[in-house]
Amino acid sequence: MSTTNPPEETMPDIEIDPRDLRHLADAQMNVELDTGDMILNLGPQHPATHGTLRVVVRLDGERVISADPVIGYMHRGYEKLTEFRTYPQITTLINRIDWLSSFANEVPFIDGAEKLMGVTAPPRAQYIRTMLTELSRIATFVLFLGEMSLQVGGITPAFFGFRDREHILNLIESATGGRFHPNFNRIGGIKDDLPWGWLSETRSAMQMVLNSCDDFEDLVAGNEIFQARTRSIGIIPGELGATYGVSGSNLRASGVDWDLRRDGAPYLVYPELDFKVWTHPDGDSYARYMVRLQETRESARMVVQMLDQIPEGPVMAKVPRIIKVPEGEVWVETENPLGQMGYYIVSKGGTGPFRVKIRSASFSNVSILPWLLRGVYVPDVITILASLYFILGDIDR
Amino acid sequence: MNLLAVHVPWGLALGIKTLIVLIVVPTGALLLGYVFLLKMMSHMQSRLGPMEAGPHGSLQLVADGLKFLQKEDVILAEADRPVFKLAPAVVVLSTFLIFVVIPVGPGPGGVVSNLDVGVFYALAVSSLSVIGVLMAGWASANKFALLGALRAAAQLIAYELPLLLAVVGVVLQAGTMNLQGIVAAQQDGSIFGWGFIGNPFIFTQFIGFVLFMVAAQAELTQTPFDMPVAESELVAGYMVEYTGFRFLFFFIGEFGTATAFAALAATLFLGGYALPWFHGTAATVLGPFVLIAKMMLVAFFIFWVRFTYPRLREDQLQSLAWKVLIPLALFNIVLTGTLKVLV
Repeated sequence: MSTTNPPEETMPDIEIDPRDLRHLADAQMNVELDTGDMILNLGPQHPATHGTLRVVVRLDGERVISADPVIGYMHRGYEKLTEFRTYPQITTLINRIDWLSSFANEVPFIDGAEKLMGVTAPPRAQYIRTMLTELSRIATFVLFLGEMSLQVGGITPAFFGFRDREHILNLIESATGGRFHPNFNRIGGIKDDLPWGWLSETRSAMQMVLNSCDDFEDLVAGNEIFQARTRSIGIIPGELGATYGVSGSNLRASGVDWDLRRDGAPYLVYPELDFKVWTHPDGDSYARYMVRLQETRESARMVVQMLDQIPEGPVMAKVPRIIKVPEGEVWVETENPLGQMGYYIVSKGGTGPFRVKIRSASFSNVSILPWLLRGVYVPDVITILASLYFILGDIDR
Repeated sequence: MNLLAVHVPWGLALGIKTLIVLIVVPTGALLLGYVFLLKMMSHMQSRLGPMEAGPHGSLQLVADGLKFLQKEDVILAEADRPVFKLAPAVVVLSTFLIFVVIPVGPGPGGVVSNLDVGVFYALAVSSLSVIGVLMAGWASANKFALLGALRAAAQLIAYELPLLLAVVGVVLQAGTMNLQGIVAAQQDGSIFGWGFIGNPFIFTQFIGFVLFMVAAQAELTQTPFDMPVAESELVAGYMVEYTGFRFLFFFIGEFGTATAFAALAATLFLGGYALPWFHGTAATVLGPFVLIAKMMLVAFFIFWVRFTYPRLREDQLQSLAWKVLIPLALFNIVLTGTLKVLV
């Protein structure tokens, strides 16, 4: 990743870690320029890294020379664990990949398993799935809208974010029984129908979300200091972002008009909904904030649409009591709150999968950090980390 | 010290004065900490804050203070021990020294030390704290602490200048640096001949007041200028390695200095302890309460801003100080001088 690696023929025969060579070369340069660098460990225990991300930053004064994200402190081996579980058991695991939008994690996996079995969930179940997915998107994003402000120094909006998220979590809880980890999807449908009065509660909650989005726009996005801290900080060019595998709102904020809900293989009831995909031409931290703000509003509008359209009927298709998935392979990807999430499921015909590959959004989103953090100041590191909005469970799995 | 027209020996007077200052600083810190940090912030953020310790949680900070006293006093093996131990004391010392000159009533009995260069002294000792901050940051042997301390030094030095220049207008208008004199000038003065409510300098020195508040915010390292302690970047900056009662010292220093600056702003711009129509005994009795009320008003604004705004970056902070605040302060001085001569 550094440009200071020596050319191939000068490499000595003894085995040398290329990273050592890089340090030697840098040390040589430092002797010439006579500046001492400082290596600062941001994390794994740091309030701004949402968990256990470690970023090794080399500083010249407060300017970042190079930054290396070190991941894996929270690796839980979910891909391997899935090989020893049955399909219904696996949803418990994958709930915990991105713990802020657990429900959205379940959907692609269950979708994949259903495709392999040739089962289709009834329309009402599809609607409820879509609504809960969008609700978890809102829960994730309102938290971001507040927390982004916290990372650049404003304390108060963070609590507004948590307050709004609480309303959404209450809705998810009353429908599924779980606040964080609903574990509500079943192959062929969902566990239960919605409780009585849920639809009207949700309708008023969506109005509340729209109102508080206005608040966030005034209080945070409209603040001059916030703009000074986020505008033209951490610019990701659209092309480059796509090459690094950045996806979701981060990529849309760079002007790439790509949303799997609209552009991917049709899933859930998104083809029946009328929604706009928001993009922003700038690609900086402010653009990422604005795109998520607009997407929160769009999700609230989508939920209201679904509340109007939701059909009556059963929520569970006919499936055998013991679920056995026929032999085959399937790749399912969905637009999760943090970006593109995909599962490659290989089945050998048993009650559990033979192999599952999980493609999580945050892992790819974070991989652009070394490129993005070079040359910025320490406070901007925090702004960029916050605006990329990753979840450690989603990086390490 | 002839408040009750009794002769008090010199040593006793000194003891009483010391005691007063020693009581005022932690009390002020507790008051501001409770009213603003615990309660106002909580209610702004749609939560209740502490509710259990004492009525409406009012003893929470006392409980916290007792808790801090019980904590282990951790000093790192790498730390520079004497400097590390001394740093919190230096920070708190500067807070104590400011209160020495703030008057709470008329006459020499209303102030601990009636210095002729009161304003100058107060602003000079307030910047002593940067030495303590640098000591803390350096002695902690921690990179976050070092970054925080260097930021604090750069920031406090940059904002010392607008702070002083903002006050120059007041000094010009009052014709004295003595804080008692400044209060008297506001009580009995007149705004362009209209003297009904005296002349609180906030009206004639509004630019100075705004500059003073902005610079004070930076001196206090409160948001939007809290880079030295920026908890999302530097965890807690120069305080990061301090535990127990040494951390408590920093806390008292932070809120005590906020009290001191609020009282100073109230004295310089809002008329201090004086109300327009009260003189003599009435002023002596009401003085402390009036000052506390005005001080709380100023502190309310300081903390309101602190809990609302995000923080600036270090370079943006410097350019604000040098490109906006200092030219504005110089303009204010020129304007005040011109009007003083003409009117």
